[in-house]
Amino acid sequence: MENVELQQDQVAIPTYTELPYYRKQVRIALRNCGIINPQRIEDYIARGGYLALAKALTEMTPDEVIGVMKESKLRGRGGAGFVTGIKWEFARRSPARPKYVICNADEGDPGAFMDRSILEGDPHSVIEGMAIAAYAIGSEEGYIYCRAEYPLAIAHLKTAIQQARDYGFLGKNILGSNFNFDLHIKEGAGAFVCGEETALMASIEGRRGEPRPRPPFPAVSGLWSKPSNVNNVKSYAMTPQIILNGAEWFASIGTENSPGTAIFALTGKINRTGLIEVPMGITLREIIYDIGGGIPGGKKFKAVQTGGPLGGCLPAEALDTPVDFDSLVQAGATMGSGGMIVVDEDTCMVEFAKYFLTFASAESCGKCVPCRIGGRRLLEVLTRISNGEGKPEDLDEIEYISRNMKEASLCALGQLTPGPVMASLRFFRSEYEAHIYDKKCPAKVCKGLITYRVIEENCTGCMVCKRNCPAGAISGEKREVHYIDPSICERCGICITVCKFDAILIE
Amino acid sequence: MAKIGSLEELKALMQEQQQLRKQAYQEKVIIYVGAGTCGLAAGAGETLEQIERELQKRNLSAEITTVGCIGMCVREPLVDVQLPNQPRVTYGNVKPAMVARIIDEHIIGGKPVMEWVVGIVPTDW
Repeated sequence: MENVELQQDQVAIPTYTELPYYRKQVRIALRNCGIINPQRIEDYIARGGYLALAKALTEMTPDEVIGVMKESKLRGRGGAGFVTGIKWEFARRSPARPKYVICNADEGDPGAFMDRSILEGDPHSVIEGMAIAAYAIGSEEGYIYCRAEYPLAIAHLKTAIQQARDYGFLGKNILGSNFNFDLHIKEGAGAFVCGEETALMASIEGRRGEPRPRPPFPAVSGLWSKPSNVNNVKSYAMTPQIILNGAEWFASIGTENSPGTAIFALTGKINRTGLIEVPMGITLREIIYDIGGGIPGGKKFKAVQTGGPLGGCLPAEALDTPVDFDSLVQAGATMGSGGMIVVDEDTCMVEFAKYFLTFASAESCGKCVPCRIGGRRLLEVLTRISNGEGKPEDLDEIEYISRNMKEASLCALGQLTPGPVMASLRFFRSEYEAHIYDKKCPAKVCKGLITYRVIEENCTGCMVCKRNCPAGAISGEKREVHYIDPSICERCGICITVCKFDAILIE
Repeated sequence: MAKIGSLEELKALMQEQQQLRKQAYQEKVIIYVGAGTCGLAAGAGETLEQIERELQKRNLSAEITTVGCIGMCVREPLVDVQLPNQPRVTYGNVKPAMVARIIDEHIIGGKPVMEWVVGIVPTDW
């Protein structure tokens, strides 16, 4: 009887695939995340885990594995979008021994947690993908470079590696073949630049995490000057599914030149924040409004930042841009590793760009001059503008420094540091001009350009703002109109939040 | 643990594990708690402890399993309840104070607490 009742009730409960949040999602790399217990290898095996490795080892030659990967046209999910199969082929053709397989799990973009979620929720998929890559290129040893700030991911990886060894998916003569492979974890100390592959390998070697010029590429001379293959967590996590279901299946999802799915950490001013996996080619509008549920509080969408602190922002006019490697670059942003930050009308785009620039320039390793000096100079200009001290020639100065950083920096960190500034200047130039010429911050954010003022008609003299002002900037007697002294006011906004009579405004 | 020496052995192990999962699904109450870093930051640890306490109080046995992040950050902590042979029902924003009612009404009473339900995890996921 109870069961019957339950059945009737459940008519009203939608399955995930009927929810707007999941309706347009396609889960390949995330297929096990949140479904299985990541610390039980048996759960992974029950869902077809390690079958792809077994298929590769027993039914395919390394060249056939590379062939499938090339045909699938999987492009590196770390951000650059290089075809994974071609990268593997380069490493396979390198004659030197030994060779190394490396997983880049040094996810460092603010607001990004795609790689962490996969490592925590389905570590075996990454291990299996790495083992397949090792078989394909002829490697017997691999490293997972994961930041120490991800203790749970590292704990789950350690458990998973041990379980894989126990079952014989890592170690000697894997699955009865004569293929040997084992894995190490290298915990990174959290320098953003170590996500750059040559800096990452230097860090594994125990040296300072600094990039070096390429070529030689890692496929020729990588870790300890030996041929190495570096891929992102997501690329490895997708690999077993491609081997199992075939290149054609993978290529049938997404767009022609960016097949498969993209994973985004959807954050910022959006109703449904979360981790999503969508077919390439979906539009930004579908992601932000259909999946993300739009902007909270009835506010207006202003911009979306993709590619993290080295990416770029796109305005409302670009909402119908399809999300794939090439279209996003064409529109003025980048795919990046999967951060997607939505901002509303209350965000100042100068301040927003300054935030990313502050991050990226602080993370410059200092090895090359364009990045070390350029980032700092650029930040000085932006700080000047947001303080209301901007000069008309500053916009040209931004473009001049940016161009030089882009062309002359040693690695992607320096080359892409100006990205967010350039994109916001391109799409929100009028906001920069308002800061410089009118000394106004249109979003009313930049503290050097705003004043808090009491609206005399609304003020009842209740003294709440005066009592709560941490700077002591508010004066006035009981039942008399209060006054905010702009020379003392810290622009913290506490008075606005505590005032019950809407008697304070920003101008 | 015996090492898997061939594709056939792996397939046999897979089938054995699938059978075990199926059996658990038919016979047990299974509670899944999303306990990635995101879930734990939202309070999944406290929710999990409360689930264990409340089950013990009622002398109920259930398989409690921690899972990774399914992606709905905004609804963390997420807890799924699966009664024998019933769909896996997800609850969102499960605070420790909500646990007793979910156990009483859903696990004991057989009726999901509709106001906290997010959805049903598809069986083909």
